[in-house]
Amino acid sequence: MSTVTSSTEPAAAPPVGAGLSGLSRGRSVTNSVMTVVVYGAFLLALVPLAWILWTVLSRGYSLLLDQNWWLTSQRGITPRRVGGGAYHAILGTLVQAAVCALIAVPIAVFTAIYLVEYGRGKLARAVSFMVDILTGIPSIVAALFIYAVWVTTFGLQRVGFAVSLALVMLMIPVVVRSTEEMLKLVPNELREASYALGVPKWKTIARIVIPTALSGIITGVLLGLARVMGETAPLLILGPYSASINTSLVDGPMAALPTMIKDNFGQALQPATDRLWASALTLILLVLLLNGAGRVVARFSAVR
Amino acid sequence: MTSITGHSEADAGPSGDMAATGRVGDRVFSALATGSGVFVVSLIGLVAAFLLAQAVPSLMDNKASFLTSREWQVSAGDLRFGIADLLWVTVISSVIAMAIAVPIAIGVALFLTQYAPRRLARPFASLIDLLAAVPSIVYGIWGYFVLRDFVQPVQTFVESALGWFPLFAPLTVSGTIFLASIVLAIMILPIITAISREVFDQTPAAHKEAALALGATRWEMVRTAVLPFGKPGVISASMLGLGRALGETIAVTLLLSVTRGTFSWSAFAGGETFASRIANGSAEFDTPLKTGAYIAAGLVLFVLTFAVNAVARIVIERRKAFSE
Repeated sequence: MSTVTSSTEPAAAPPVGAGLSGLSRGRSVTNSVMTVVVYGAFLLALVPLAWILWTVLSRGYSLLLDQNWWLTSQRGITPRRVGGGAYHAILGTLVQAAVCALIAVPIAVFTAIYLVEYGRGKLARAVSFMVDILTGIPSIVAALFIYAVWVTTFGLQRVGFAVSLALVMLMIPVVVRSTEEMLKLVPNELREASYALGVPKWKTIARIVIPTALSGIITGVLLGLARVMGETAPLLILGPYSASINTSLVDGPMAALPTMIKDNFGQALQPATDRLWASALTLILLVLLLNGAGRVVARFSAVR
Repeated sequence: MTSITGHSEADAGPSGDMAATGRVGDRVFSALATGSGVFVVSLIGLVAAFLLAQAVPSLMDNKASFLTSREWQVSAGDLRFGIADLLWVTVISSVIAMAIAVPIAIGVALFLTQYAPRRLARPFASLIDLLAAVPSIVYGIWGYFVLRDFVQPVQTFVESALGWFPLFAPLTVSGTIFLASIVLAIMILPIITAISREVFDQTPAAHKEAALALGATRWEMVRTAVLPFGKPGVISASMLGLGRALGETIAVTLLLSVTRGTFSWSAFAGGETFASRIANGSAEFDTPLKTGAYIAAGLVLFVLTFAVNAVARIVIERRKAFSE
């Protein structure tokens, strides 16, 4: 606040009507009101965050304290019964996300390399534009597309791998954008020094540019993973829920945390409601963990 | 693949890219990079092509007008489906969400860039970013089990005060568009904030100092220097938020009461958006014709979000062109 008064006082003298007494009343009132409004907006935005986290934490924590939650599935557990765990859903979410990352990361990193190191002219502009469009594509549309390809065209079943494919479409733009930002930060001197030593371009990228930007790329991957893990729409279309453990991506329905939440949402009974909040808390913890990891990596090893 | 590599070499040639030596490694690497780029571009084309190809047979069989009908009869032999009510619910819920989220997001972005103590601006910003990390299904169950009871009195009040206006006509529905809009507003708030914050941060220090030197108060400095500079960015951010709100699926599906057969212009009605209609119907995807009807709805949603995102992108591109 001191900067405001110090910067306004000397200038307040000349304006007509203001006199030597400083700001006119109206202006200073407006300024104070707007300061309150701006602070208020920030506090208002924090309300739902705190509210949601508190709701999920307070209603969901008790089941998470039981080790069965982490080790068993919901097999044979009816909504009426207490017990069982979320192992099957956690496993499904992790496996689907991991396979998604395995496919999405190479494509995304190479796309970013194309945009920064190779891309010129019309194609580069088209790629950049399409990455933006991909960022905004609704997850349900991505899921319908995979459904149209996987189920309708190829006649395959709704399985975990199809979900991973839909998630790939949602993960690519996140990783492309963050990788692109990081590659742009790599100083050109590094590239030029490498070229001057006669190192070919591809080796320069693979050995100099990528390692320099690696932490940023990892951050992008972690944030992308956090995003796709919480996606529900592709699971609704492509990944039916199952209460049992299924480790196969290509055979039978595979549970995931969002569909476990959805499954318990439909039940009005207390044991199911408890599991609803517990699985929501598990999902939030997983997502926040990845998010936090991404931020820590970004903080401690930024490109300098 | 040859055409792809050919393209990149033709591109690299005139720009004087001498570092690529034409050795095997270089050619492979450049092909991989260009191939990935081409893949991303073709992905959008493939989405449009596949959705269109599977929507067309159902659209041909459709006995009702696709754009103006409110029917959704896809189970029996004769298909009668239209998207008029879906379009209305999708657009009005997203517009109300925007109306709530944009002013708050601008306020938050101003706070983070102009008002907050420098040292705290970063942690505060990541706090807001956390809102974006919360999965949408969690928003859905929170809105359903917790927020709904708090929104109810607000609705009753607005209904009694402004009920004569069609948008606020009173109805007895528990999961209203208004409730979904509030939750959507919270979900798009971090997106709009993040981009607005970025553009506000880029306001040239000279503009701000000039305003202050002329005797502007902090708010006057914001109004005369920061907001005009950031305006295209805020518009673009709002469009991106709108795009996200239009396509949001699970939160809206959980929140909105499905009221087939009735229709009202009121924000206190239930209904379905494109996304929630598809999500609600996902269990009955069995015959290609039936699925095609849902895919047709998905195609409209795709076109809608494509247009909104493209406009957002063009707005921000123009700003770049001017500021450079």
